[in-house]
Amino acid sequence: MSPVNKESESVVVRFAGDSGDGVQLMGTQFVAATALEGNDFATFPDYPAEIRAPAGTTFGVSAYQIHLGARPITTAGDAPQVLVAFNPAALKVNLPLLAPGALIILNTDSFTSRGLQKAGYAEDPRQSGALDGYQLVEVDITKLTLDAVKPFGLSKSDAGRCKNFWALGLVQWMFGRDIAPIEAWIEKRFAKNDAVRESNLAALRAGHAYGETAELGAAIPQLRPAKAEFPPGEYRGVRGGEALALGLAAAAELADRPLIFCSYPITPASPLLHQLARYGHLGVGVFQAEDEIAAVCAAIGASYGGAIGVTSSSGPGVALKTEAIGLAINAELPLIIVDSQRGGPSTGLPTKTEQSDLYLAVYGRNADAPIPVLAARSPSDCFDVAIEAVRIALRHMTPVMLLSDGYLANAAEPWRIPNLDEYPKIQTNAPRPRAADQEVGTVVFDRDPESLGRPWVSPGTPSLMHRIGGLEKDIRTGNISYDPANHQAMTRLRADKVAAVAKFIPEQGVEIGPSRGALAVVGWGSTYGAIYQAVRAVRDPRVAHIHIRYLSPFPANLGELLRGFDRILVPEMNMGQLATLLRDKLGVETVQINKVTGQPFLVSELVEEIRRQLALAVLGDAAVGRRARAGGPASGARRGETA
Amino acid sequence: MSAVLTQKDFTSSQEVRWCPGCGDYAILKTVTRVLADVQADPAKTVFISGIGCSSRFPYYVETYGFHTIHGRAPAIATGLKLANPDLDVWVVTGDGDGLSIGGNHLLHALRRNVGIKILLFNNEIYGLTKGQYSPTSRLGTKSPSSPAGSFDPPVSPGAFALGAGARFIARGIDVDKDGLGAALTAAHAFEGAAFVEIFQNCIVYNEDVFRDFTAKENAANAQLHVRHGEPLVFGENKERGVAFNPKTMALEVIDAHARPNDVLVHDETNRTLAQLLLAMSPPDFPMALGVILRQPGKSFERAYYENHPTRLARTGRVADVIRATSTWRVD
Repeated sequence: MSPVNKESESVVVRFAGDSGDGVQLMGTQFVAATALEGNDFATFPDYPAEIRAPAGTTFGVSAYQIHLGARPITTAGDAPQVLVAFNPAALKVNLPLLAPGALIILNTDSFTSRGLQKAGYAEDPRQSGALDGYQLVEVDITKLTLDAVKPFGLSKSDAGRCKNFWALGLVQWMFGRDIAPIEAWIEKRFAKNDAVRESNLAALRAGHAYGETAELGAAIPQLRPAKAEFPPGEYRGVRGGEALALGLAAAAELADRPLIFCSYPITPASPLLHQLARYGHLGVGVFQAEDEIAAVCAAIGASYGGAIGVTSSSGPGVALKTEAIGLAINAELPLIIVDSQRGGPSTGLPTKTEQSDLYLAVYGRNADAPIPVLAARSPSDCFDVAIEAVRIALRHMTPVMLLSDGYLANAAEPWRIPNLDEYPKIQTNAPRPRAADQEVGTVVFDRDPESLGRPWVSPGTPSLMHRIGGLEKDIRTGNISYDPANHQAMTRLRADKVAAVAKFIPEQGVEIGPSRGALAVVGWGSTYGAIYQAVRAVRDPRVAHIHIRYLSPFPANLGELLRGFDRILVPEMNMGQLATLLRDKLGVETVQINKVTGQPFLVSELVEEIRRQLALAVLGDAAVGRRARAGGPASGARRGETA
Repeated sequence: MSAVLTQKDFTSSQEVRWCPGCGDYAILKTVTRVLADVQADPAKTVFISGIGCSSRFPYYVETYGFHTIHGRAPAIATGLKLANPDLDVWVVTGDGDGLSIGGNHLLHALRRNVGIKILLFNNEIYGLTKGQYSPTSRLGTKSPSSPAGSFDPPVSPGAFALGAGARFIARGIDVDKDGLGAALTAAHAFEGAAFVEIFQNCIVYNEDVFRDFTAKENAANAQLHVRHGEPLVFGENKERGVAFNPKTMALEVIDAHARPNDVLVHDETNRTLAQLLLAMSPPDFPMALGVILRQPGKSFERAYYENHPTRLARTGRVADVIRATSTWRVD
C-alpha cells in the first residue's frame, strides 16, 4: 500500500534543488494553483544565505515547502510526504526531514559519480539502501526538459533552466490539476521573450503530459488532499512581507498622511523595501539609506516633517538603530521600527528564522527608554499588526517596534481580504490653538491626559516654531532642563506613556481551550501556527493556547488570565525571552521549550511536550518523575520545572 | 509674509551657553543677519544639528530646530526634506560631528545633493568633551588624548566634500561677517547641498589655531577671497596672484603686477580648480575663502519627487492593490 494517501486531510510537499534551479519560483506557482483549487495552505521557503553557491553542493540547496489541504492549515507541515529533488545534494539535505514512506521524485540526470561526490555521497543512495522504505520515482527531468524545449532554440544551459516548469507540470498532474493558470502566468511573465516563454510552456506541458500518458505506469500516485471549508468571502494568497507592506500603506491611508519608508538592505528584511517601492501611488515613498543608522534617522526626519516615518531591518541593523530610537522617544515623535528577526548573534544565520530580538525590542536601549512592542503571528496577521503599530505610534507619539521574522516574511497563506472601510480612521494629534501670550512650548507639549501623546507639530506650521532634541526638556515648556525633579518627572512620563497603551488595546483572549485550566501554552509571533495545531491535536479541555500580540505593554488582563492556569508552557525560538518578560512584568513562573535550530517548531515536538507538561500539571512533578532530556531539536534549554 | 523681519526676529529667547569669546557667537550673529537679509520664513526654516558645541546652535535661532544625535544630522535632514521639500533646512555640524562619527552621512548627503545648507564649524578640536584632538587636528596636536602630539594625518573638509561629489563648497571665517555672510547667502540660494566650512576659534582648547591667516595683520597676505570671473589676487595692493604651473601641475604664487596675464581667473564651476584652491594653505599659499565651487544641479529631493509616480500623493486605494492579484470567492 502506498504510504502517501491518495485522499487525505492534508499533504506536505517539498521542492528542493540548487539555488539556481528555480525552486522558489516553482513553489510560489504551485501555491497560486493551490489557492485556486480551494485548499488551505501554509508555506515555508527555506533558502541558503549564498546567492549562487557552487552547483550541486549541499550548502547551495534551496527548498520550498507547502502544506495544503483542509482548514485549518497553520504550519508548513512537520514532515514532507512528497519530495521533488533536482540533484543528489537536494536529496541528501532533505531526506532526513521526510515522513516515513514519503514519495521521492528524483531528477536522475545529476546522479553521476561527480554529482554524488559533490553532494558528499560515497555511494549512490539509490543502491546503498538509504532510500529503502521510501517510494522512489526516478525521472531524467533534465533530459526530458531539453527534449521538450529543443524547437525553441535556447542554449543548453538556458534550456535546462526550464526543468522547474517541467517538474511543476508533473506535480500539477499528480494533484489532478489543470495547468492553465500557470500557462497564463508564463504568457504574461515572459511576454517579451518568445523563446523563453515558449520553452517554459513546452516544459510545463511536457511534464504534465508525462504524468498523463503514464510513461511509468502507476508509479506516481494521484493526490487529492481535502478542500478547505473557508468562511464566505473574497480570498487571495499573501506572504508576510507583502501583508506587512499593505498594512503600512493601509495605515497611511487611514491616517491620511504619506508614509516614508527608510531602510538599508539586509536579509531577511529587504522584501519589505522591495514591496513598498511598488506602492508609490498609495502615498508611499521609499528611501534606501547609506546605512542602518541613516535609515532610522531619515525616518525620524520624515516623521518630524509630518509623514509616517518607518524603518526596517533585522537584528544586527536594529541594534545599530537603538541610539536614534532613543532620540525619537525623547523628542516624542512617531516612528515604526520593523524587525524581521533572524538567527544570531552577530551575522548568525541570516536566512534562518528565530525570535530572539524580544529582549532587544523591550529592553535594548540605553537609559530608561520604553517603547511599545507588537508581534505578528502569521503572514496575514502582519497586515493588522502594521496598522495597529502605526495607530499606537501616532496616538502616543512614540516609536513602536513591530516584530516579524524571516519565516513570516516569506511564508504564505490564504487571506480573507479585509474590508478597509471597517477599520477606524487613525487620528493624529493636532495642536490646540495658541493664545496670544502663550509660550509655544506649552502648545507643542500639551499632552493628551489619557494617551500622554503630544500634538504632532511639524516645521512649516506658522507661529509654532520650537526646538526639540535629545537633551532632557522641561515637562511643560519643552525647553532644555537639567532640573533633577524634572528629569524624574520626564522619566516617569515616558514610562507612563508606554503603560498607557494598555488602556487602548484589546484584552488578551484565548485562541483555543478554556480560560482557566491545567495548562496554558503561551506564545508570541510566528510560532502561532505550530502551537495552535499542537494544542488542537492534543484535544484536551484542560489545555489552552494563548498568543500574545502586544508584548509591551502586555494587555491589562494578561496576568490574571495566566494565573488561572496551573502550569504555563512557553515555546519560543530563543532561549526563553518571553518567559523572562512574563516573570519580570507579571511575576508569572513558566516552563519553557526552546528551539534555536533556525527551523520553525514541528507540531509533533510541541504535542509531545504539551502532553508531558499536562501530565506534570495534573499529577505533579513527583508522580511523573523528572526526566532529564538531553539534546533533541526541541529541548535546547528548559528551566523552572518545579510545580 | 506681511511684515519685514529683522535679525532680532530670528534670535530665540534661550540663553546662549557657549564659552565667552567663542567664535560661535559671531557665526550665530551672521547667520541670523543673513536670515533677515534673505527674509527667510521662520516657520519654513529648520536648523538641524548633531552633537558638539556647534550643535547647540538650533536652540538660539527663532525657527524650527532639532538638536539630534552625534553625527546624524544630515540623515535626519534628508528624511525631513523628503517629507517636506519646501523647507529651508540648515545643518549645523562640527569637525568631529561631521567628519568623524558622522562622516558617512556627510558623504552621502553631499553626493546625493540633498538641498540642505551644511555649516561645518571647524575648530580642529573636540570642545564639548574637553579638548581631545579631532579628525581635522594638525599633526602633532597635543591634547588630553594625544599628550605627545597626534600622529594621524588630518582630513581636509573641503577636499572631503569635493571628493564626495559636493556641488557647492564655500569657506569663511567666524568673525568675518561680510565674507561669511556672502558665503551663507550664496549657500542659501543654492538648490542642492551647500557645504560651508567655517574656521571657528575655540578659545578654550585650541585658541588661535587659524591665526596664521585669520589675524588682522596676516589677513591681506594670507587670505584669498575668491570671486567668480575675477583674478585670484591677494596682498596689500593685490600684488600677488595665483598661477598654474603646467610643468608641476600645481599652483604657485607669482607677482601679479609683473605677470598679470598668468594670474588665474576664478571659475567656480571648475572642479579641478576647486581642488587646487582647497589644497592651498599658509605659509606657502593664502587660504582660499568665499565660494570656491558652485555647480548647480538637480537636488536630491527634486529628483526624488520627479521620480516618484505621484509625488508622494495618494492616488490609489489599498483595497484595489490588495485585489490586484488572483483572488477567489468562497460563498
